[in-house]
This record gives sequence, C-alpha cells and structure tokens, in this order.
Amino acid sequence: MGNFEQKVNKFIEIFLEEGGYVKVAEGLENTLMIAVAGLLIGIVIGTLIATVRVLPKYKLLPRVLNGICSFYVALFRGTPIVVQLLVFYYVLLPIIGWRITGVQVAMLVFGLNSGAYISEIMRSGIQSVDPGQMEAGRAVGLSFRVSMMKIVIPQAVKNILPTLGNEFISLIKETSVVSFVGAADLYVAFNYIGSNSYEFMVPYLVMALIYIVLVLLISLLIKLMERSLKKSDRRN
Amino acid sequence: MIDVINLRKNFEDLEVLKGIDITINKGDIVAVIGPSGSGKSTFLRCLNCMEDPSGGSIVFKGVDIADMSVDINVHRRHMGMVFQHFNLFNNKTVLQNIMMAPLYLRCQDLNKAKRRNSMIKFRNMFAGSSKRELNPITQTKEQIRNEVKEQAMSLLQRIGLEDKADVYPSTLSGGQKQRIAIIRSLAMDPDVILFDEPTSALDPEMVGEVLELMKQLAAEGMTMVVVTHEMGFAREVANRVVFMDEGLIKEQGSPEEFFGNPKEPRLKEFLSKIL
Repeated sequence: MGNFEQKVNKFIEIFLEEGGYVKVAEGLENTLMIAVAGLLIGIVIGTLIATVRVLPKYKLLPRVLNGICSFYVALFRGTPIVVQLLVFYYVLLPIIGWRITGVQVAMLVFGLNSGAYISEIMRSGIQSVDPGQMEAGRAVGLSFRVSMMKIVIPQAVKNILPTLGNEFISLIKETSVVSFVGAADLYVAFNYIGSNSYEFMVPYLVMALIYIVLVLLISLLIKLMERSLKKSDRRN
Repeated sequence: MIDVINLRKNFEDLEVLKGIDITINKGDIVAVIGPSGSGKSTFLRCLNCMEDPSGGSIVFKGVDIADMSVDINVHRRHMGMVFQHFNLFNNKTVLQNIMMAPLYLRCQDLNKAKRRNSMIKFRNMFAGSSKRELNPITQTKEQIRNEVKEQAMSLLQRIGLEDKADVYPSTLSGGQKQRIAIIRSLAMDPDVILFDEPTSALDPEMVGEVLELMKQLAAEGMTMVVVTHEMGFAREVANRVVFMDEGLIKEQGSPEEFFGNPKEPRLKEFLSKIL
C-alpha cells in the first residue's frame, strides 16, 4: 500500500499547497449554483406547463398553448442534455448575439431541461389532488388561477416532493457535463488536480465522495421538508 | 331570485338535462329528489355553472349566468355550495378554510379600488373641471382581516366548534367537516346555498347534526336548493319538493301534496320503494 499512500500524499500536497482547494471550492459552488438555479427555473417552467396541460380544453387558446407545451416537452426530453448545452452555447446564443458565460448557459439549459421533466411530475401531482378541491375553490367565488395557486398546487407539491427531490439529485449529478461549455464545475476542479500530479485515482475517488455527501445531504433536507409539510395530514 | 329557463345539458352524446324550467324565489327551500341518474346533481351543479349548461338560461338576480361571457366568479360569491364530500381545503386549517374566500376577495377588491384611484388621480391632473371622484377606501387590509376573522369565529361558535379553529380538516369527523363546509359558504353571506346530497357521505349518527344546522338556516329565511335522499327533511323543512326523472322535472308541489297525493306514476313507484 506504499504506492497508495504516495498517491494520497501527492493529492493532499496539490490540494492544499498548490491552490487545489480553491479550484474545488469554485467547482462546488458552480455545481451547486447550476443545480439550484436549474431546479428553480425548472419548477417555475414546469408549474406553468403543468397548469396549461390541465386547463379545460374547450376553448382555442388553451388548446394552442397545450400544443406549444407538448412540443416543448418533447423537444427537451427527446435530446440529450449535452446536445442542448452545445446547441445553446455554440449555435443559438451566438445567433441572437447574447454573450453569457458557460455557467450561465448551463443554468439556463438545465432550467429549461428540468422544466420539461418537472412539468410531467407536477402534472401528475396536480391530477392526484381531488378535483373537489378545485370545485370548492371555484364554488366560493375564487378564480381558476387563485384556486390553483392557493389550494391545488400546495397540495400537489406536497404529494410530489419526493419525486422533486429525485429530480434535484439527478440535476446535481448531471451537472458534471457542463465542462463541455467551459463551465468549471467539480469535475473540472478534480481533473485539474489530477493532471497536475499525473495521478487521477485519488482525485476522482474524492470527487465521487463529494457527490455522495451532497446527495445524502439533499435527501436529508427533503425528508425534513416532507415532515414539516405533512402537518395537515397528521392527526392530533 | 333564480329563474331557470329551458336548461339543457349534454355530456357528449348523453342528454342529461332535457329542458328544465323552474323559478326559485327568495326564501324558498326547494328539495330535489329523484332516482340516481335522473340528473338532479347535474341540475344543481348547472345552477352555479360548475357544469356549463349546453342550452337555456339561468337568470340569477337579473343576470343570465349561463351566458359564457359573464364573469361567473362574481356571481358565485352570492351562491354558496355544499358538496357531498365536504371538499374542505386540506392544506388550510378550519379557520383559514372559512376565512379564505372572504378575505382574499375583499383584499382583491381593495387592491382594485386602489389601482383605480391611482389611475383617476393621474387623469385628474390633466382633467381640469371634469374631475372624477375617487373610490372610497374605508378599510385597511388589517381591518378586513380582523373583521373576517371575527365573523369566522362567530360562525364557528354558532356550531360549537370554536375549539377546532386551528386544526386541519383531516382530524375532524364527517359531521364536523360538513357543518364547517356549510358555514364556509355562509361566510360569503350568500343569497342562496346549493346543497349537493349533503348527508349522503356521512355516518348515520352524524346526519342529524348536519340536518339540524340546515333547519336553522331554513328558519332564518335562507334560500336553499337541496338535492337529497332525506325524505324526512324534504317533508319537514322544504316548502317545495321537486321530483326529477330522466332529465326532466316530472312533478313539483308542496310537501303535503307531493307526498300525500302523488300524481305521476313514476313518482308513486319511487316513493313506494323508499318510504
């Protein structure tokens, strides 16, 4: 095991003395920022799309909107995230002349992408809420929008929280491809350490460890949130 | 108060209501009975456009609410509705359930008035002599909240459930839920309350307390339309009983006449089965 010790020592040396930890902290920050921003944008887009898809369909406008939303979902679920990143960074954004950094592009693309997935999650959540809740809201004179926002969606979110947590976890892991557009995430940081020491085993193992810890922390957070949201279910 | 004229409703090819005409006056307590599938629930749900009527008109306080272009939300504020399965908002406490609609709608009206006022002020800067009056704003949101809360608490006291104000509906019994659902619709101070089989989902021992509250409302002169299977309630409390079958009103009359001397053979058959 002398060899392994040597590798660990080399890693620690670069990590502490040659600024490796700065890179890792930066990478961690970017990874988390992309995942959180992606989730937030995704929830907003997903909720909007899900609402459009459960609208009553006997008028023209909801039908047109519904068509647009189906197309959007098909587009973003039908192509790999790497392709979407590349297309946005090298094709779409240069065409419209919008200059933003790799991290910002990644936030945008991950948001748009997870919006497509979250819309389906949210739709199933909304449909799992008893239609009587919406009817009761409408019956006391609240509009569709208000009944949706104040009554149906809070209950839907409670139902889908575990699935939403899953989505966040997979977002965190998927962000490891953002180096395609030059965003410095965890992978880039550890790759930097590895290529400086010509030794990849320990950096990559540590990287795996960090991802696992992140995911475990998030699962814990979701569990706590779920418990506080269960308030209205508990009998006392 | 409500004039229903030739009301029709189809679900795809299925004709559920085939032309209903009825007038409901202020203070009327109308019990609607009939076999299942006769369209009585659909009729009730059409009265506040929960189901959009396919034809005919429903004139409520002079406005045809079956017309799709009217803002139905404004008219629904004056029509309470009580459901078979209570439909209390599960994510709100009992007090929030009762306060929700009056509080939200009154704050919305307040915001609207404020917005209008700022527009009028802007216009008045250029208007010269033709200045327009501002909308009166007498209350702040905090005052509205206190007032609505007070009203909600007094309603809860009325049914003796003020100690349940801060619990969630999942902890209540069916009878309690239904009584809270009734006072939730009362909180909007409606002109008429529609009851859609309010006691059908209850345990037999809970039926009494709900009917008791409904009787109190009736005695206070509330206009009520009740779809029910409680013949006793129909006979005692209603001043008009309506028998529906196959999407039509087959017979209606005062309870004495209706139960004592039914004319329609279908009604005789129906009554003989259930009484």
